[in-house]
Amino acid sequence: MAAIQSDNHGLRLFVRYAVLTLIAVIFIFPLIFMLMSSLKPDQQLLTDTESLRAFLPVGDISLDNYFAAFRRAPVGLFVFNSVLVTGLTVLLSLAVCSLAAFAFVFIDWRGRELLLTLILATLIVPFETIAIPLLLISANLPWIGLEGITRGWLNSYQVQIVPFIADGLTIFLFVQYFKDLPGELIEAARVEGASWGQVYRKVVMPLAGPVLATAAILKFLAMYNQYLWPLMVVQQEAYRPVMVGLQYFFQLNRAWGEIMAYLSLITVPVLAFYLFLQRAFIASIASTGIKG
Amino acid sequence: MGKFTVLAGVLLGSALLSSTAMAQTELSLWYHGAGNEVEAKIIGQIVSDFNASQSDWAVKLESFPQAAYNDSVVAGALAGNLPDILDVDGPVMPNWAWSGYLQPLTIDEAKIADFLPGTKGIWDGKLYSIGLWDAAVAMVTRKSTLEELGLRTPTVDAPWTKDEFMAALDAAKASGKFEFAFDPGMAWTGEWYPYAFSPFLQSFGGDIIDRTSYTTAEGVLNGDAALEFGAWWQSLFTEGYSPLAQDPADRDSGFANGKYAFSWNGNWAALGALTAFDDAIFLPAPDFGNGPKIGAASWQFGVSAKSEHPEGASAFIAFALQDKYLTAFSDGIGLIPPTPASAAASINYKAGGPMEAFYELSAKQALLRPATPGYVVAAKVFEKALADIANGADVGETLDAAVDEIDADIEKNGNYGF
Repeated sequence: MAAIQSDNHGLRLFVRYAVLTLIAVIFIFPLIFMLMSSLKPDQQLLTDTESLRAFLPVGDISLDNYFAAFRRAPVGLFVFNSVLVTGLTVLLSLAVCSLAAFAFVFIDWRGRELLLTLILATLIVPFETIAIPLLLISANLPWIGLEGITRGWLNSYQVQIVPFIADGLTIFLFVQYFKDLPGELIEAARVEGASWGQVYRKVVMPLAGPVLATAAILKFLAMYNQYLWPLMVVQQEAYRPVMVGLQYFFQLNRAWGEIMAYLSLITVPVLAFYLFLQRAFIASIASTGIKG
Repeated sequence: MGKFTVLAGVLLGSALLSSTAMAQTELSLWYHGAGNEVEAKIIGQIVSDFNASQSDWAVKLESFPQAAYNDSVVAGALAGNLPDILDVDGPVMPNWAWSGYLQPLTIDEAKIADFLPGTKGIWDGKLYSIGLWDAAVAMVTRKSTLEELGLRTPTVDAPWTKDEFMAALDAAKASGKFEFAFDPGMAWTGEWYPYAFSPFLQSFGGDIIDRTSYTTAEGVLNGDAALEFGAWWQSLFTEGYSPLAQDPADRDSGFANGKYAFSWNGNWAALGALTAFDDAIFLPAPDFGNGPKIGAASWQFGVSAKSEHPEGASAFIAFALQDKYLTAFSDGIGLIPPTPASAAASINYKAGGPMEAFYELSAKQALLRPATPGYVVAAKVFEKALADIANGADVGETLDAAVDEIDADIEKNGNYGF
């Protein structure tokens, strides 16, 4: 009896790992295809798509596509712009949205439920519907810089950052997480004489690691993948991000190898950021119960 | 010479140089060619030569990737941020002129007298833009294929009739040598549809918009000729002549890999075909009853309505029309030179050149897409209608619906000034 149970356990384990491996393979194959294709000349790349060779580093392998990608477009500049815009937006967003959520959850003030409802309602408003009004506003906003006061935010970093600092989804994530924190902690801190600022800095935020990671990753992906907005507000190459830069490679005669090389290069910051926050991200999903 | 004299000389020279630079008024130029090294080099050279050739104007170039260009211009116009000079895709030009993005171009008409018709952006009787090249489409195949299938080689003066073309497709299909007889390029979407396929409709006798009034598509997009075209178009897919869904990779390399007997493709892909097969040839469009037609008009330069220096902008455009630049674009990226002189000086389009046929096709078969601001909407409606018909939708109902949609847009926009 014990032997049969052991066999069943081994079989179940085998099946489970087989299924998990299959799922992992499905997810990782596009990345492998991208990386392998980035090393092959176009003709071979296109021919290999008809067989498993597409996933293997075989044939005429070189880094030529990477060199060509750097010749075709200022890849480093685009990655720098995207990392700068994304990084600053993520940091500012975490600070602003967590403060907003803190006020909504812990501080009792008139109209907070209504305002929170309005903020959450913005989740169903697609960005495309506000893009043109936002463009017209951005084109006329004043800015104080090294050249003094100037008018218009077009062709700048701030126009890619400021409109996205506060958003309903990030505030919602923080609100949900803060609601689950033990109220006694906050009450104890207040009784001990802590100000709201001290409660935020010394009690709430030290416990907010998982939601910070989740919000940071979601915001990072949304910002790093920005296309429409920078297309509308940036006419100078100096401020262009990676996704608009991708269009440099879609010429009439497409250089697929270079496209794959460019995609491999711009994927690196995303993977690095995700791996850096992976443990906290998974902990957050497990604790907030928003599993897919 | 003392140190003081040298220093004074240097200072004086610097002052003179800076005053020359100061005297040049800056003109901004937006161009769609970012990411194309060769194109960037040529346009950069023209700008550099122009700036050095005179002391009034200094053009500053800002390049955009082509796929993002139109949206960037429209956003720029909304935000009041257009440059002095911009380039515009030929069929889109009337819309941008009507929308107030462009102003008429004031250059000496004699300078463009011998330019191919497709390079002249004329709307409402005024010249708004001029192209440094044209583009054309041809039926790409191999001499050996024609010989093996026992087919007559069509010429510009004696193109295939509809029956001959369909017989050629039948022969290719029956040979069993090809996956599909005809590759129309279904992997490409967007402007490819009206550019490449509306000439078939026009050769049948229909059109996207009625060119006598430009205020309706009724009768031309859903008349008898259009219905006949629609039925023919659908048969390409139902009869198995053409692939309904096509991988972009197959569009790029399918002909070279021997998958298709005939490929409907542009001059920009011609060098690839010639590299793949030394007997590749470029045939004229078939005549479906109303003469053989191909599309025309590519990117052109115009002056933005916002420019405060249209004389400088026009001077730059006139400067760019020199034959040496026209030939450079052709040699660099395979485009069709717009003048006989620039064609004769080019590597590919000179007499006996490998792509000479395209120049003749542009000169003799080209038909501009309807020059109306409503074209941009009509083109999208036409694309959807053709895609639906290819997927099996009822031809008559689909074309009627397309006509309704186009007419509604024209009416909503006050007939676009017609």
